[in-house]
Amino acid sequence: MTTDTGWFEGVDPDDLDARDAIENGTAESPAAWPDRAVESGFAEDEDDYYDKLREATIETAREAVAERERADDQQLVHAVRAMDDCERTANELAERVAEWGGSRISETGGGVAFAREIADREPDSDLDEQLRALAEQVVSLDERATELRTSIERFAPEVAPNLASMAGPVLAARLIALSGGLKQLARSTSGTVQVLGAEDALFAHLRGNAPSPKHGVIYTHEYVRGTDPDHRGSAARALAGKLTLAARVDYYSGERRPELEAELDDRIETIRTRGESE
Amino acid sequence: MSLPEGVQRRSFDGQESLATRGPQVSEEPIVDGWRRWDPDRSKVGAMFEHGLDHGLDGGERVLYLGAASGTTASHVADFAGPTYAVEFAPRPTRDLIEVAADRERLFPLLKDARKPETYAHVVEPVEVVIQDVATRGQAEVALANRQFLERDGRLLMAIKARSEDVTADPEAVFEDVCETLESSYEILDRARLEPYHDDHLGLIATPRQ
Repeated sequence: MTTDTGWFEGVDPDDLDARDAIENGTAESPAAWPDRAVESGFAEDEDDYYDKLREATIETAREAVAERERADDQQLVHAVRAMDDCERTANELAERVAEWGGSRISETGGGVAFAREIADREPDSDLDEQLRALAEQVVSLDERATELRTSIERFAPEVAPNLASMAGPVLAARLIALSGGLKQLARSTSGTVQVLGAEDALFAHLRGNAPSPKHGVIYTHEYVRGTDPDHRGSAARALAGKLTLAARVDYYSGERRPELEAELDDRIETIRTRGESE
Repeated sequence: MSLPEGVQRRSFDGQESLATRGPQVSEEPIVDGWRRWDPDRSKVGAMFEHGLDHGLDGGERVLYLGAASGTTASHVADFAGPTYAVEFAPRPTRDLIEVAADRERLFPLLKDARKPETYAHVVEPVEVVIQDVATRGQAEVALANRQFLERDGRLLMAIKARSEDVTADPEAVFEDVCETLESSYEILDRARLEPYHDDHLGLIATPRQ
């Protein structure tokens, strides 16, 4: 006979605050827990035991799932920030490499492509080797950024399927990062989402020295960037509205709602056609 | 092959299909209270369609490993007794919880099927273990969970060849898995699950005494 204890031991049958017991408890082997629970007075009979088990497992799973998913959105935030850091640093270092490289070899160029050329050259002095190694770092950072992007593209749809599908995985990750998490994004107003990433412009506007920003980071979305400037404000408002809804569905239910995207497509179509007819 | 009590062949739009009685889960058609059980979306459904010797009567206690979003687990809970549903990934578990909330005796557990000690304090010995975990080491999962099966219990297992090795010949993978299983299970019946599921083997076994 096993000396293991069941999940219910130490749990108050009237309160059923059993999350810790179910999540963190262990046993070497299973036992006839329903019988034991009845013997110990935790449950009146088998049916009563199963009713209690049902309540406890559903409640525990609900809380554990919510917690795990919250943790996942933070992983996405780290990944997108790391990707941005890699890109920014690669570009900064690439400038240095271009400047230095231009002084040593006849060819000139810029950016990561030029750094890649330098990295492949045979060094003929100590300083040449320093330059080559620096160029190699640029290439390696650029590759890291690309790989981080690939991971984000795979991971964002798991964390926020509707948002990732509508915004694209990288923009979805940025919006989550700018709000501080999926929960915060889900609780934002559509107006806030519209100007996320344009905080400087927004505060300048609030101080009274600038027009209100029409869009923040959602500018990168084709529906804003690809819309005629006169109608960009409307497009940004429509997009922000649906993105906010998508984030809420992702946070509160998690099910796919493709109709949200279809509604957005229609709305943008209308805004753009309005532009043409004027 | 007879079906367990609570599973029937019913007509849906003129087409015969497996069905169970219970609350609707997704958009599956319901006729006279019977929900269509789609073998394309369920490996256990495909095993029944292939007439595997499952040995189920209905009403059994079940441990379901790899319950995913609960599509199959819902049908199982419709005809079985208390059903413990283990799933490791949070996203599908969220759907599984909703399926469980509509049923009286389906218990969702956010646990790793490779670590039975983390749920042995909740799960009682059962008459049936259903396993559909798409991870490497499917045979090891079955061995680790044998302790939950009663003496004459049944293991219904769907083996996904590509989870073990994407490049290997599926038949070779199945042979490997079966060989490992035979150390503590007696295999009673097996069949490939095509056309419903490519590169899957359905298998029925009972613990060796």
